[in-house]
Amino acid sequence: MKKILTTPIRDEDLEDLNVGDVVYLNGTLVTCRDVAHRRLIELGREIPVDLKGNAIFHAGPIVVEKDDGSFEMISIGPTTSMRMEKFEKEFIEQTGVKLIVGKGGMGPNTEEGCRKYKAVHAVFPGGCAVSAATQVERIEGAEWRDLGMPETLWINKVREFGPLIISIDTKGNNLFEQNKASFNARKQPIIEEINQQIRFIK
Amino acid sequence: MEKQEAAQRLTEVMTKFTGYVGKHLPTDVQAKLKELSAREDKPLAKVVYQSMHDNQEAAARLNRPSCQDIGVIQYFITCGAKFPFIGELEGVLREATLRATREAPLRHNAVETFTEKNTGTNTGSRIPWMDWDIVPDSDECSIDVYMAGGGCSLPGAAKVLMPGQGYEGVNQFVFDVITSYGINACPPLLVGIGVSTSVETAARLSKKALFREVSSSNPHPDAAKMEKLLEDGLNKVGIGPQGLGGKASVMGVNIESSARHPSTIGVAVSTGCWAHRRGNIRFKSDLSYEIISHKGAAL
Repeated sequence: MKKILTTPIRDEDLEDLNVGDVVYLNGTLVTCRDVAHRRLIELGREIPVDLKGNAIFHAGPIVVEKDDGSFEMISIGPTTSMRMEKFEKEFIEQTGVKLIVGKGGMGPNTEEGCRKYKAVHAVFPGGCAVSAATQVERIEGAEWRDLGMPETLWINKVREFGPLIISIDTKGNNLFEQNKASFNARKQPIIEEINQQIRFIK
Repeated sequence: MEKQEAAQRLTEVMTKFTGYVGKHLPTDVQAKLKELSAREDKPLAKVVYQSMHDNQEAAARLNRPSCQDIGVIQYFITCGAKFPFIGELEGVLREATLRATREAPLRHNAVETFTEKNTGTNTGSRIPWMDWDIVPDSDECSIDVYMAGGGCSLPGAAKVLMPGQGYEGVNQFVFDVITSYGINACPPLLVGIGVSTSVETAARLSKKALFREVSSSNPHPDAAKMEKLLEDGLNKVGIGPQGLGGKASVMGVNIESSARHPSTIGVAVSTGCWAHRRGNIRFKSDLSYEIISHKGAAL
């Protein structure tokens, strides 16, 4: 059976989640990436959407604005989460966001934020942007539109949005850091083995 | 054909082809992903390959860009010096980008440097990017359209090694780049490597390497051997789809090289994500065309 998180997400909804678990989301998912993080954390501007108990998506979608002023979500996939690493702990603290969706891993700063303020980071499969768009029921609003289409805060109502693979849990475990350690451990012997066969300069 | 009429026809075709490339993967990439997917047995790897498969189907069915990040639009042009509309091409490709942005539609991905404003049109200073190779005696024109998202552009790296570091240094450099940054670049990746004299020559060749088919080999036997060793070696690292672990890290490794200065080994790595949106179209002088990259494609 699908494990579904529904916004507003409470601390206890996240307690039992572990890295590698697959979940889906119902509720409010707001796109939020580089400049929005910078504005809140570095420039001290108030973020114009209430994120408490909600989810953010590191993503910059393709959106069509219709003649009646409403929006249609065309294509929305995750962007590299690591770009937001330097801001994320303070971001979680200041906004009360509970679920951060993106692509690839994040680092120790986000781990600490997730542990201290009870939040999780999850991965939506990168490049799967049309599947994601079909799980957006509607776009309820758009803020900071001066940032252009990719960076605008798009406020989405989503249904069974996923698969979301938990990459940092509330205990601070980090799936990608674990993976990276094993990739690095395997790497050097493979390099040495190849080196024996490519001594083309003689 | 009158130049104006020809420019209109070329613009029409290139607008449609640019949009098409954003919505459909090339035939060789589709086949490779199918092969890699069948090999996986880990649950998370299977979840991700299933999502990738479902997404490409949805993109084709709904006629939408399969990934929201359609890159900064790039055209790699290999044009015969006798192609009658060579002078029209730059204007044609700029107009095709503008129109594809509205018609496909494509995300607005051109931010003017220093003014730091998104132009909202996918055009800007020197964008769409155009790279030219001129073929002296030909009257035909081949164009590669390429959409590389930010994620798979970020690992890009180039360095000039000393000859003492040898091909072993190239090997180390490639592994360091892919294991450090490849995870976030939407693996399984296509790895393009340039081995040449300096950073810019190696970098250009590493990009050109991404336009070869994923399972193709360099004609030089030692280069082909190194491609295979790197492919197998990177796969043994086990990065898997989206870096979640699995049997394959890469779709392929392609090396392009030039002769070089005896004192240097320039090396560069460019990566293509699994959604490797590359398209090749070839025009004859009468503007009849053939789409090489996507079998059975109709615009």
